[in-house]
Amino acid sequence: MSQPAVWILIEQNDGVIADVSWELMGKGRELADDLGGEVAGILVGHNIKDQAKEAFYYGADKVYVIDDPTLEYYRTQAYAHAISDIAKKHKPEIFLMAATSLGRDLSGAIATPLGAGLTADCTVLEIDPETKLLHQTRPAFGGNIMATIYCQIARPQMASVRPRLLPIPERDEKRTGTVIEEKTSLQETDIKTRRVEFIPDEGATVNIEDAECVVAGGRGIGNADNLKVIEELANALGGTVGCSRPLVDAGILPHAHQVGMSGHTIRPKLYIGAGISGAIHHVVGMEGADLTIVINKDPDAALLRVADYGVVGNLFDIVPAITKEIKARKGA
Amino acid sequence: MRLVVCLKQVPDASEVKIDPIKGTMVRAGVPSIANPYDMHALEEALRLKDKYGARVSILTMGPPQATDVIKRAVSLGADDGVLLSDRAFAGSDTLATSYILAQAIRKMGEEEAIDVVFCGKMAIDGDTAQVGPGIGSRLDCAVTTYVVGVRSLDKDKKTVVVERRLERGVEVVEADMPVLLTVNKEANDIRYAALPALIESIKYEVPVWTAEDVQLDLAQCGLKGSPTQVKKIFPPPQKDIETVMVTDTISDPAQIAKLLVDKIEEAGMLA
Ligand SMILES: Cc1cc2nc3c(=O)[nH]c(=O)nc-3n(C[C@H](O)[C@H](O)[C@H](O)COP(=O)(O)OP(=O)(O)OC[C@H]3O[C@@H](n4cnc5c(N)ncnc54)[C@H](O)[C@@H]3O)c2cc1C
Ligand SMILES: Cc1cc2nc3c(=O)[nH]c(=O)nc-3n(C[C@H](O)[C@H](O)[C@H](O)COP(=O)(O)OP(=O)(O)OC[C@H]3O[C@@H](n4cnc5c(N)ncnc54)[C@H](O)[C@@H]3O)c2cc1C
Repeated sequence: MSQPAVWILIEQNDGVIADVSWELMGKGRELADDLGGEVAGILVGHNIKDQAKEAFYYGADKVYVIDDPTLEYYRTQAYAHAISDIAKKHKPEIFLMAATSLGRDLSGAIATPLGAGLTADCTVLEIDPETKLLHQTRPAFGGNIMATIYCQIARPQMASVRPRLLPIPERDEKRTGTVIEEKTSLQETDIKTRRVEFIPDEGATVNIEDAECVVAGGRGIGNADNLKVIEELANALGGTVGCSRPLVDAGILPHAHQVGMSGHTIRPKLYIGAGISGAIHHVVGMEGADLTIVINKDPDAALLRVADYGVVGNLFDIVPAITKEIKARKGA
Repeated sequence: MRLVVCLKQVPDASEVKIDPIKGTMVRAGVPSIANPYDMHALEEALRLKDKYGARVSILTMGPPQATDVIKRAVSLGADDGVLLSDRAFAGSDTLATSYILAQAIRKMGEEEAIDVVFCGKMAIDGDTAQVGPGIGSRLDCAVTTYVVGVRSLDKDKKTVVVERRLERGVEVVEADMPVLLTVNKEANDIRYAALPALIESIKYEVPVWTAEDVQLDLAQCGLKGSPTQVKKIFPPPQKDIETVMVTDTISDPAQIAKLLVDKIEEAGMLA
């Protein structure tokens, strides 16, 4: 019997590979080592073959490439068909994708024809040392409960994994592996959807998920004009402005800035939150921060409890004072 | 035109907690609601009905009291609905759920062909967002997820153009019908029911289908048909941190700022 294989979907958007693919590759390497198996990257797209070597640098032993014009941009049917066909052929033990828009859509569409168990949006993955089963832990009920799920019989054991929780492994250009080219059997005329256009977000430069420093404001700022207090601190720190959902609902900031369950999951080195109460929906998006500073006038605000440093006070006094202190030190 | 909306009854997830001693989910006293995303899916279907004329049918899998959400949908303008209810469905994971729903949709389609199946982006209890793509794959129809608006629909060409919300922008997609759409909350604002319609809807007798009515393969339903098993549930880990309450010891904003900026500097964030 061949050794068990851990498959990792290498997610690409218009030819650009998403970093989360390498986060998963690191995890895949670890799981494969626990199982005494191999890691394979799955790279699907058009004119994409050349990027396979990147997967080796991050730990893959093999890369299966499906390169076809029908796969130029993501379409559920085209990708699910191509990938489930090769999964049926090679029978991986584990198959991981990112819990991004693309990954959550695709994973559901692939697990179904494979009859596989699929766990959504996992935050912890580990091999049980005795049973060798993949234990998959995930939040459910809006983050109010955690569940550990496993899959006894059906294969592959599939999971989508929340981005930005796992470290990216060291890139090693000396690593190599085998590229295996596969084909899709679908023709363009078989595919039932077509992209008409893609409208990138304005201010597409805001990439809060990758920010090292996020200064977030909540409903406590009161109105749009007061946002400048938050912006000034973010600017002084060279950080990115974040916010809770009410500011997006009120049209004060675009969705790209929203931190939380229905917004973005961030993992900055520094998070400063002011005028945010700390609803679980917000906290699940920011609890991965290394250093957390919270300012709230209510001593019972839940966000203070997840802070390293908490300040009970008026944000309009405290935040400008921090900005001033930073400017003073940077100027010095 | 025939539109089907998959509408799930869910516990208000924000109120579900874990019993710290028994380690089980406490659902007693937690109100049941219609899954919020599905209500936006329903609204999108009703808008198509208003604009192009259509029959809107609701499909719900759940316990007998889940008829409530179907009646609510009828009060808002849905034409009819079906409750799928059978002990054999208990414990279904997303693979089994998508099987049961897809088979029921097929049966609904025997009576009048279906052009669009609407799902919510996700259910707020299970939170997986896997059932929609699963149904689409079983029905072998076009699938378009995260829809925030329907731009146009061509009844003759049998195509629909929708906008989908992705991480970095909006993708506009043309899909052949029949199509399965999963809908985001930003898609629309949900309408209110008029009082007479509300009263009328209470009288609506919801047909109930069992596994036998849909001729389901029981090996694919419920726990038997579910490859995933929940091993344990537990409360979310509290981040193990001692919060330093700066204001317990200092009150002057300038002094507070000095202390905080010291910490920011130590973390290497002032470079
Ligand atoms: C399914 C679902 C998904 C959600 N997703 C998200 C999400 O992704 N992100 C998100 O953030 N929310 C999300 N929410 C909403 C979330 O539940 C909360 O309603 C929201 O986070 C509250 O925002 P807030 O803290 O800014 O406002 P509030 O809860 O109103 O808190 C305002 C805070 O500001 C403080 N304050 C007021 N004035 C001052 C002052 N002058 N100085 C200092 N402090 C002051 C108050 O004491 C209070 O604590 C979601 C909800 C649901 C149901
Ligand atoms: C704590 C916990 C964790 C779980 N984790 C997983 C997991 O990781 N993987 C897994 O396969 N299962 C899991 N399940 C089981 C899963 O919740 C159920 O299978 C559920 O029936 C469907 O999943 P969902 O709620 O996530 O729906 P989603 O896939 O999020 O629902 C998407 C849409 O499908 C439609 N829909 C879904 N269910 C129904 C219904 N009953 N009636 C009508 N329409 C419906 C709605 O339009 C809905 O908006 C978990 C269950 C629990 C309690």
